[in-house]
Amino acid sequence: MTIPILQVENLVVTYTGRGGLSKKVIDNVSLELNAGETLSLVGESGSGKTTIGRAILGLAPVTEGSIKFRGDTISNISRSQRRKVARGIQVVFQDPYSSLNPSMTVEDILVEPMAAAGATGGRQRVRELLDSVGLPGDSGSRYPKEFSGGQRQRIAIARALALDPSVIICDEPTSALDVTTQARVLTLFKELQEKTGVAYLFISHDLGVVNSISNRIAVLYQGSVVEIGEANQVARAPRHDYTRSLQMAAPVADPKKQRERRAARLQFLAAENAAESPRGASAQL
Amino acid sequence: MMLSLLKSLLRSAAILLLVSFATFCLMFGNGTGIARAILGYQATETDVQRKVVDLGLDRPLLVQFGDWLVNAVTGNLGESFFTGQTVTSALSTRVPVTLTLVILTLIFTLILSVLLGVAAAVYGGWLDKVLQFVSVLGAAVPPFIIAIALVFMFAISIRAFPATGYVSPDRSFSGWILSVTLPVVALLIGSVASAASQFRGAVLDALSKDFVRTLRARGLKESHVIFRHVLRNAGGPGLTVLSLQTLGLLGGAIFVEQVMALPGMGQMANQSAQQGDVPMVMGTVVVTIIIVLVVNFLGDLANSVLNPKARTR
Amino acid sequence: MSAEASMIETEAEVPAAGRSVLRRLLTNPQGITCIAFLLLVILFGVLSPLLAPYQPNQADLNAVNAQPFSEGHLFGADRAGRDILSQLMWGTNGTLQGSLLVLAIAVLLGVTTGLLSGFYRGKFEAVAGFITDLIMSLPSIVLLIALFALTGPNVMVAMAVFGVLVAPTYYRLVRSVVLSVRTELYIDAAKVVGLSDQRIIGRHVLWAVRAPVVIQSSFVAAAGIAIQAGVEFLGLGDPEQPSWGGILQNANSNIYNNRFGVLWPALLISLTILALVLLGNVLRDVLQSSAHNKTLKRSRRRALLNEAQSARTTSSPARSEEAFLSIRGLKVGYPDGPDHVRTVVHGVDLDVRRGEIHGLVGESGSGKSQMAFSTLGILPKEALILGGSIYLEGEDLLADDKALKNARGRRIGYIPQEPMSNLDPSFTIGAQLVYGLRAVKKISDKQAKAQLIALLTRVGIRNPENVMRLYPHEISGGMAQRVLICGAVAGDPDLIVADEPTTALDVTVQAEVLELLRELSTERGLAMILVTHNLGVVADLCDTVSVMKNGRIVERNDVESLFSDPKQDYTKVLLESSRSVELMEA
Repeated sequence: MTIPILQVENLVVTYTGRGGLSKKVIDNVSLELNAGETLSLVGESGSGKTTIGRAILGLAPVTEGSIKFRGDTISNISRSQRRKVARGIQVVFQDPYSSLNPSMTVEDILVEPMAAAGATGGRQRVRELLDSVGLPGDSGSRYPKEFSGGQRQRIAIARALALDPSVIICDEPTSALDVTTQARVLTLFKELQEKTGVAYLFISHDLGVVNSISNRIAVLYQGSVVEIGEANQVARAPRHDYTRSLQMAAPVADPKKQRERRAARLQFLAAENAAESPRGASAQL
Repeated sequence: MMLSLLKSLLRSAAILLLVSFATFCLMFGNGTGIARAILGYQATETDVQRKVVDLGLDRPLLVQFGDWLVNAVTGNLGESFFTGQTVTSALSTRVPVTLTLVILTLIFTLILSVLLGVAAAVYGGWLDKVLQFVSVLGAAVPPFIIAIALVFMFAISIRAFPATGYVSPDRSFSGWILSVTLPVVALLIGSVASAASQFRGAVLDALSKDFVRTLRARGLKESHVIFRHVLRNAGGPGLTVLSLQTLGLLGGAIFVEQVMALPGMGQMANQSAQQGDVPMVMGTVVVTIIIVLVVNFLGDLANSVLNPKARTR
Repeated sequence: MSAEASMIETEAEVPAAGRSVLRRLLTNPQGITCIAFLLLVILFGVLSPLLAPYQPNQADLNAVNAQPFSEGHLFGADRAGRDILSQLMWGTNGTLQGSLLVLAIAVLLGVTTGLLSGFYRGKFEAVAGFITDLIMSLPSIVLLIALFALTGPNVMVAMAVFGVLVAPTYYRLVRSVVLSVRTELYIDAAKVVGLSDQRIIGRHVLWAVRAPVVIQSSFVAAAGIAIQAGVEFLGLGDPEQPSWGGILQNANSNIYNNRFGVLWPALLISLTILALVLLGNVLRDVLQSSAHNKTLKRSRRRALLNEAQSARTTSSPARSEEAFLSIRGLKVGYPDGPDHVRTVVHGVDLDVRRGEIHGLVGESGSGKSQMAFSTLGILPKEALILGGSIYLEGEDLLADDKALKNARGRRIGYIPQEPMSNLDPSFTIGAQLVYGLRAVKKISDKQAKAQLIALLTRVGIRNPENVMRLYPHEISGGMAQRVLICGAVAGDPDLIVADEPTTALDVTVQAEVLELLRELSTERGLAMILVTHNLGVVADLCDTVSVMKNGRIVERNDVESLFSDPKQDYTKVLLESSRSVELMEA
């Protein structure tokens, strides 16, 4: 097997809070992303999933450990060095409203990464990008606020694609969207991967969403990876108790199956309480 | 909470020291200039030099400031170059006049702006429109013009109030009331105008909060929602407005004292500055800053009582 | 693709570009009046050498204290016989230069330091913040007076100092704008593509700062003119040079001999300041809010509400007798211009029996939350109920405001979506729960506390006595939602309206809260309207479901049938989308 395109090794991220107290948000996490695959990070709020993504993008400080892209270290590098990496790693954020500057036209938004990288292409490239994410070719002269949430997310995806990256960090890209829109955007992600061979690091709180798009899944709990493995195995037959509790807590859109799942969950919790697992206690708030 | 108050106290002390030092350097930096201003322009160079030495203005500035500071801490702010009166005794008659105006105006501003702000925010409609218009007008016209207009209307045309002068309350209470009415009104118009519209904003902001909807849904009376919950949450920003208002009022009072010939601090500062009576000017600057810092500190104190997050921090 | 592409809203407002701002400014009556007046004042000053009838300080002894409109002296003359109109004209240039100087210094200092502080933060921000606090606690006019003792009559120096003293207002404004822009994701996106700091500031930050600075400048120019006239009025100006404030001071000290002398300078100063302030307000409207006015005319509003009310009294539609809550023909709208109302709920019927949990499911904008808010009478102030009735055991809540108020908290409880923002941050958990309970039940403070402690224990809060003493920011989101559920059921209602009660929660906490809602419903025989976008939540908790789309209910059925046999295409799409990301066990 070739070397992974992105390697996170023993990553530690600490934030210094008020009064000088430091808090370890990410504690010794190691991950590998292979070219063309989708690896998902799944976890609840406070699990550190977003922080890992931001650390890879150079938006969060790396306290210990290293992040390598194509074998070169990219943690703690300068902005000008970052510009070279930018061609390879791009991002789609959760909030499609805050991620597009309301004062710029769609064309300006899409040209910005190319201009920063000194790349050319211009209008023709903008059209191609819009076309690839399924937006009409004349959208370039419009402003973000003329588009719906799902369409804005498509613009954000087009921006991420502008430099033909080999990795896109997708930070909860569908959780602000309606369920029907979410399904369409997920399909778009899959199509684009087939077409371009881009690898996704897909961050989400929803095990179901993650399962529908990933090759592999890593489950995060309080800054550590508790389980990592092939997507179907992690999502459907989890080995770790925390993953199981996540799986059983997610309601199914089918009353009969949901009744079974609910019963299973209660049974599982009862067993866990009987064993006096510390995890069960902390899950209660 | 104690810690944060202590911090804000220390910060105030640091500001006071810094500003005093900066003002002192500016005021006393030019010793010969001061002496010449006292002696007049026909004085000889030797006279001026002698005066400089007499007043101790030839010493290094830092030494002069140290002297001034040691004296100031014991309540001695020096004496006037012209009348020989101590600055402290001059201030002791001046400060009460200005403070009377400022405190009375603050009290009325508080009452009126809360009433108007809440009414405009809650009822909206024409009341809101009128308030917004009047507040633009009131805040735009400078206090000395308002004062002149009031004197023009109520003292010269109608003769209902004295146009100028101040009557101490222990001499005649009714006379005191009459003498402060016009100046307080002159200050109040601008002050209420801006405070009420800012308070209106704070109330609107609090009204738009999610918890207000939840409290209504829980069956609370509208009056309870407004007076207990909305007002309490608008209180913090409201206090900030008031403490900023104080600074503006101190400035406004100077003009109003000038128009209505009131023997306050502003008048003293103005006269002393025009004469070049440096210790008197220095004294008024220091006292004004102390007043502002005390008000800011009280604001911080009240805010930490009102805001639970500030308390537990 | 085409489904979304067709959703492009054609009427949406494009952010104002340079030319259209100017056009909107000039077509605004208030804006054009202010600009015209200010231009006139500028001409008044610039052209004074050509237009002024008299030279500066030229005295005409025959005209001492001349009244306004007297021969050769339109505005009258002062006690030295100087023509007031000419003096004002000669004084204008000084005023204009002074306020320009204030602006230039304040903008230069305030905007640059504000940008640097906001963008780079760190030590620079700490120092700049301290200096700003320091300057802002200085009484500027006292300092300007003190300055006079040092420099003598030099208004321009005073104005320069005043520029420094007002610079903090720009600093604070710019810093706060930059701080909020900094957290926008588009700045992160720009960093990720490798844009340099200069380009990020130039491209993204400066744009956001521009409008607030322009607006602020109008107010600062006004303050500059006021302070300059004030300083001159105090006699700190150059007595040789005519100035607005100086003319006013002269006239004021001469008020008993020439009453109307004060009128002209007072008017000129006030009107100029007023024009600048009003211009600032117009600029704020033009630059910061969309031109589309969305308030409805009062008369139109009243007419619409009356229409709905009279329709209510004349016809009473057939309602379900067995239903506890029966909504008929509910129509809700929002103002969309002075005469237009956009309807968001188009005459919806809904029945909820005692003890029934009814799911109201739909995507954003379907009107489901509007239904929930209508039931409790807690729609936003601008919303209009355009028609329909909400019967609670046969009584129409929309026809009788009193009945609605009595129902809230007592018969209908409310559970909101976002736990944190729905608790009052200024009161302890205990205090706000007690206020709520005592508003609907005639009991003592002590009884209320005892009941609430029992109820908090029931909703799964350990150590409730302790939690009652905490403030909202001291508890977790999950706990806050339990507190809100406690508040909703405390008044022993028969119906709970829950608006997306688990959307803001983590999935494991969501499962616990759903469990709690189910238990409470069974124990207390509670009926429930559960508004949600999540079909899994519906499958978990509901007995019946209504599917909403674009303000209408498109399908309604009991939960088993709807999920096993959806009739409408929209329901099928929803189910399919939802199941495409479903987790099935192996």
